[in-house]
Amino acid sequence: MTANLSNATPMLEIRNIKRDYHVPGGFMKKEKIVHAVKGVSFKLDAGKTLAIVGESGCGKSTLARILTFIDPPTSGELLIDGKTVDTRPGHLTAEMRRKVQIVFQNPYGSLNPRQKIGDVLGEPLAINTDMSAAERRERATDMLVKVGLTADHYNRYPHMFSGGQRQRIAIARALMLNPKLLVLDEPVSALDLSVQAQVLNLLADLQEEFGLTYVFISHDLSVVKYIADEVMVMYYGEAVEYGTREQVFSAPSHDYTKTLFAATPRADVESIRARLAKRAG
Amino acid sequence: MALLEIENLTVQFETASGWFKAVDGVSLSVNEREVLAIVGESGSGKSVSMLAVMGLLPWTAKITADKMLFQGRDIRNLPDGERRKLIGKDMAMIFQEPIASLNPCFTVGFQIEEVLRIHMGMGKKERRARAIELFTLVGLPDPAERLNHFPHQMSGGQCQRVMIAMAIACNPKLLIADEPTTALDVTIQKQILDLLMKLQAEHGMGLIMITHDMGVVAETADRVIVQYKGRKMEEADVLSLFEAPKNPYTRALLSALPENATGKRLSTVSDFMASGEFAGESR
Repeated sequence: MTANLSNATPMLEIRNIKRDYHVPGGFMKKEKIVHAVKGVSFKLDAGKTLAIVGESGCGKSTLARILTFIDPPTSGELLIDGKTVDTRPGHLTAEMRRKVQIVFQNPYGSLNPRQKIGDVLGEPLAINTDMSAAERRERATDMLVKVGLTADHYNRYPHMFSGGQRQRIAIARALMLNPKLLVLDEPVSALDLSVQAQVLNLLADLQEEFGLTYVFISHDLSVVKYIADEVMVMYYGEAVEYGTREQVFSAPSHDYTKTLFAATPRADVESIRARLAKRAG
Repeated sequence: MALLEIENLTVQFETASGWFKAVDGVSLSVNEREVLAIVGESGSGKSVSMLAVMGLLPWTAKITADKMLFQGRDIRNLPDGERRKLIGKDMAMIFQEPIASLNPCFTVGFQIEEVLRIHMGMGKKERRARAIELFTLVGLPDPAERLNHFPHQMSGGQCQRVMIAMAIACNPKLLIADEPTTALDVTIQKQILDLLMKLQAEHGMGLIMITHDMGVVAETADRVIVQYKGRKMEEADVLSLFEAPKNPYTRALLSALPENATGKRLSTVSDFMASGEFAGESR
């Protein structure tokens, strides 16, 4: 495994993060402990993208929940901007919360159907800042334009938007408080190919404009290869592979990573030729 | 003779603002031992056209076609009884959500034996033996034990194997797979695709693979149809489609693949629409 060699303070650093879940027992059934994340460490510099890859159940979403303080880790240290975060419930500072935001996988589930888009975007400001309503409205409309929607969309409801547009709204909401770190939990896997391309382009633009740091969780290796600077492969709660994109894709060291690469469908002409030749023969 | 032959299929649904054409004049044919992929984004009518062939659309849908032949037999206005004899036996379908397509109230053994009882008229012992044989064929561990399991006791990949076992139970001539691996992990997807291709080759089935994933197309298809907004954009054998796509929409779709990215930005389908190169259908 390769370490991050730069000297600057990393935007995000986690040290030996573990998360166990207790599954309560019942009659004639013993209590069980599920080790969802078994000691993961990494460092991530500002403005970079770390992609976390793995199958369902490998602990990647649990890790996302820990990074966004939704779920406290069982043990381990979490540092943001060089400062240790006290993740115990009730000990989190509002400042820390503002620095980290999350975008979820399913834009149909993550937006309240009864809430207008303007309110979706204004709510984080209303809770975390003392801006006036007029200011909040202005910020929200600005953000709508930034993510490729228009100011007219301010008064609409989520059902009036397509999946790609909703994901843009979810991204806009996450950016309202000028966070430093964005955790993207499978942000494009529910979207069509062409819409996926648009959202990925938007994410690249926003990263450049705001200097955002991304933790990008995905199971799609072609997306990861396109967007990531660093890649971590998780398998049963452990990081089995961690390195720069070039390292991981050119010389995967762990067997599971190799299996994963072999299983990914390839859409290049040579592979099709090889398959057709095998099929004919 | 083609196994399935469709000419000028149109499916319409009535909406508040008039009739909406979900499928607009699509023609296609599948031969025996052939894998045809229908690829398109959501709303392209790829599933609806196949549901129309299976007769699984609600009565509110208006289906018209100049020709719809299965093994040379007109299936356009088949009486329900006749259709039921055909579907699930000679023509079977696998759906996207494996867990949702199985009945949660019955064991998977009951559900697969039901197919064998109705279509093959098998006796109890015979059914059991065949069900075990099928489960072994699709690579489920402990097949005899598995028969007594309910869908919720199995993983998504295992449920999809059960669905495949049910679909091939009566040795169908044509298998329609509607996004069979979309809900599954890549490593499981690989296993399921390999299984489908193996069964297709062994049984000489015609296979229609409905998908939105160009990778799946590249890994399975002999021939490909690209659909967009209910219309057929392009039809080509798999190699020429990837090597030299003719239709601008196909080109747009292929260049939106992250692995085909040139430089920092991905080109999107709307770039093509905006460039004016997109001239609509090419029938």
